[in-house]
Amino acid sequence: MTALAALLRRDMRLAVRVGGGALMGVLFFLIVVAMVPFALGPDLALLARTGPAILWLGALLASLLTLDRLFAADHEDGSLDLILMGHAPLELAVAAKALAHWLTTGLPLVVAGPLLGLFLNLAPASIGAVALTLLVGTPALTCIGLVGAALAVPLRRGGLLVPVLVLPLTIPVLIFGVAASNAAVTGPVPFGTPFTVLVALTLFAVVLGPFAAAAALRHGLD
Amino acid sequence: MRLSELANPSRFNALAERVLPWLVVATVLTFALGLYQALFVAPDDYQQGATVKIMFIHVPSAWLGMLGWALMSAAALGTLVWRHPLADVAMKTAAPIGAAFTLICLVTGALWGRPTWGTYWVWDARLTSVLVLFLMYLGVIALWRTVEDPSRAARAAAVLTLVGAVNLPIIKFSVDWWNTLHQPASVFRVGGSTIDASLLMPLLIMAIAFTLLFFTLHLAAMRNEIMRRRVRTLLMMQADAAGGR
Repeated sequence: MTALAALLRRDMRLAVRVGGGALMGVLFFLIVVAMVPFALGPDLALLARTGPAILWLGALLASLLTLDRLFAADHEDGSLDLILMGHAPLELAVAAKALAHWLTTGLPLVVAGPLLGLFLNLAPASIGAVALTLLVGTPALTCIGLVGAALAVPLRRGGLLVPVLVLPLTIPVLIFGVAASNAAVTGPVPFGTPFTVLVALTLFAVVLGPFAAAAALRHGLD
Repeated sequence: MRLSELANPSRFNALAERVLPWLVVATVLTFALGLYQALFVAPDDYQQGATVKIMFIHVPSAWLGMLGWALMSAAALGTLVWRHPLADVAMKTAAPIGAAFTLICLVTGALWGRPTWGTYWVWDARLTSVLVLFLMYLGVIALWRTVEDPSRAARAAAVLTLVGAVNLPIIKFSVDWWNTLHQPASVFRVGGSTIDASLLMPLLIMAIAFTLLFFTLHLAAMRNEIMRRRVRTLLMMQADAAGGR
């Protein structure tokens, strides 16, 4: 347990210090959302209607941004070998790294979401719904992306490969995240229906992701 | 002959050499019968006219696109659990073939959709899930082409294939849910069971022909891949010997 806590603390410390990508994701999120009105035009009604989708797409892309280095950096400095040889099960170690990544990348996106919602002229109920769905949905994005990050370890070049592999798998999360955000304001289904499915997807990804990532790491490094 | 005996690549290649000519003949004969039935015997649809004949290519391709991923998943289990050397080869060679059939399915569907629906593409649930399947095939192929060492690439691709196999039903379900929320299901009225027997018979023969084609291509591709790996090993040994001197 202490080993996992130490790993969590180390990863978070690395992420917030020089060279870590903790706030890069939020910055990217902010820029992507700020670019959208230039492309769509400053029509506030249109922005309000498409706002939840824009926020979700921005968060999806931003959470993928820092993923490809998640294990690759540890592989380069040798600490991944130590994690593999340690007593803690690799699945749990990978889960601890995922938690650290979510706390430094996913959680800031959730916090930034409502602020960016104001830019997109979202109604208060809509802002709340987007923030809640992002809070529930971003762990799924991290855990799905974890598999891609683990697969990228033995690659020498392949920064773009991770999004290519991961994005199709995140389609269900995107669908139900946006659907729940829209359902809170416009209907026709109640908010709870897509939201509970989103929760289920997250729980599923949280279980499946670390196991698949650990398997990929074990097979990729021997 | 037991499956483990086929693990020897030379024995597998010898078997492939024996079986392939028969498979080719069977494929050609079934295609001849199927195409004759489809083009000359099967009647035109009273509404769609001759465009209904696209179905004889479209539906078998869709089925083989899915079979390709199922085959890859079975081979991925073989790679991860039993480290079967032929499983790597089977998994690698199935990906481009499955992707090709999925692409044929998408293209023929678009060509059929233009005269029938008036548009090449709609964001219908079925179309979208086939598109996602195609994208995932491309991802797997990209992964194979990024890792140089074949056995390492095989294990990475195996993990991705299995994760994809678990996720594909979820994606299919979400896309269905997403679509039915937005547009009524009236676009797709043609269900499998409502097809008339005069069209169903050629369709079944074409499905068998396409399946035979798939396995012919797959077996030939596996044989080629085994030979390619042998060449690679020989080249590396040669380079090794040259370097050691």
